[in-house]
Amino acid sequence: MFETALSFNDIIFLLKGAGVTLLVTFWAMAGGTLMGVVFGTIRATAPRWVGWPLAFVLDIFRSVPLLIQLILANAFQAIAGLQMSAFVVSCVVLALYTSSYCSEIVRGGIDAVPVTTRRAARSLGMTWGQDMREIVFPLALRVMLPSWIGLTLGVMKDTALITWLGIIELLRSSQIIVTRIQEPLFVLSIAGLIYFLMSFPISRLGRHLEKKWQDL
Amino acid sequence: MIEIEHVHKSFGSLKVLDDVSLTVNTGEVLSIIGGSGSGKSTLLMCINGLEPIQGGRILIDGTEVHAKGTDLNALRRNIGIVFQQWNAFPHLTVLENVTLALRKVLKKSRSEAEDIAVKQLKHVGLGDKLTTYPGKLSGGQQQRMAIARALAMSPRYMLFDEVTSALDPQLVGEVLDTMRLLAEEGMTMIVVTHEMQFAREVSDRVAFFNQGKMEEIGPPEQIFDAPHSDNTKKFLANVR
Repeated sequence: MFETALSFNDIIFLLKGAGVTLLVTFWAMAGGTLMGVVFGTIRATAPRWVGWPLAFVLDIFRSVPLLIQLILANAFQAIAGLQMSAFVVSCVVLALYTSSYCSEIVRGGIDAVPVTTRRAARSLGMTWGQDMREIVFPLALRVMLPSWIGLTLGVMKDTALITWLGIIELLRSSQIIVTRIQEPLFVLSIAGLIYFLMSFPISRLGRHLEKKWQDL
Repeated sequence: MIEIEHVHKSFGSLKVLDDVSLTVNTGEVLSIIGGSGSGKSTLLMCINGLEPIQGGRILIDGTEVHAKGTDLNALRRNIGIVFQQWNAFPHLTVLENVTLALRKVLKKSRSEAEDIAVKQLKHVGLGDKLTTYPGKLSGGQQQRMAIARALAMSPRYMLFDEVTSALDPQLVGEVLDTMRLLAEEGMTMIVVTHEMQFAREVSDRVAFFNQGKMEEIGPPEQIFDAPHSDNTKKFLANVR
């Protein structure tokens, strides 16, 4: 008969960790997407002398390992006396990291809208803003969605790294329980299952939207 | 009236339009023929300001298109243009394709815009496709939708940029018929085309472009039956 020392309270503890993971993911994606849309639009439409320096900065965020960014940011904010909590630092760093990937997705999506379609819009007297709002973004969204969903799922797993700033998210909480009850396989399986249950609805939603738009 | 005066246009070092001058009078149908790369499509882009020019000027009813203070968005409302392909907004229904600019640019109410759109779509024979998405239409139907969309803005001028070039041969006729109808109704049109028969039948004048220059312009009988320029003769001999 299967026996475990995992208590109901441990499950609650894991779910609290999952809540932190979800919350950080939410803020990272919200901030990252917002900045990503702005940066990506600039990259796709602004002249090169604006786009290029921006691309350079974003490349730094993309190439330096997230763990290093987290630790450096946390250290520098402390030195600068900003008194940000580890949670806020995590959200800000992850949002910037996410925005660097998201801006590439947005740029690709905007570039995928045929020039002639945009010309058709402008030739009807629509302004640049109307063209972007009514034509370019709706069409680009269809191209961007699969990559954006992939980014969200990736960021959710990357949040595990914020444990280095002392935040107890899902993975860290599972490790704490493992240390105590010494049942690593079982506890990690449950943590994995919780990750899956959080990711599954997001990827399903993505697939649903993709299918819906494909019919058009 | 569209007045084109000594227009020069180049892409980098490539000269696309070389000192082109011509005038299109109200109610006139002008066809532009010529080989690919002769600058004829570029001229249309320049006329509604989608492309800048490097010299000369283009006047639409006296307004200089490329002058600094010109409100291009306002100007473009008077100039409808239909392109070779990818005209449709694929995420909008046929009806929405036509109403979008009416509502956003001309600020018409939804019902008012829909009335105009339905009328124009019936005019081009798409009255039964209102709720269809462009992806479900044939190429010919998409082009007719694009024509309806441009006409809905009540333009004074219509520009057609090789609108039948990307179509299957059996779909060309329906689009040309729609354009023929427009010409009969007195619309001022500039038609860049490879359809020589159409150019001959419908045009008041035909212009032949060769390597960025306008080689010859005149009534269709002159261009097709007794061209003055050797290049025109050569071109027509090749397309026949």
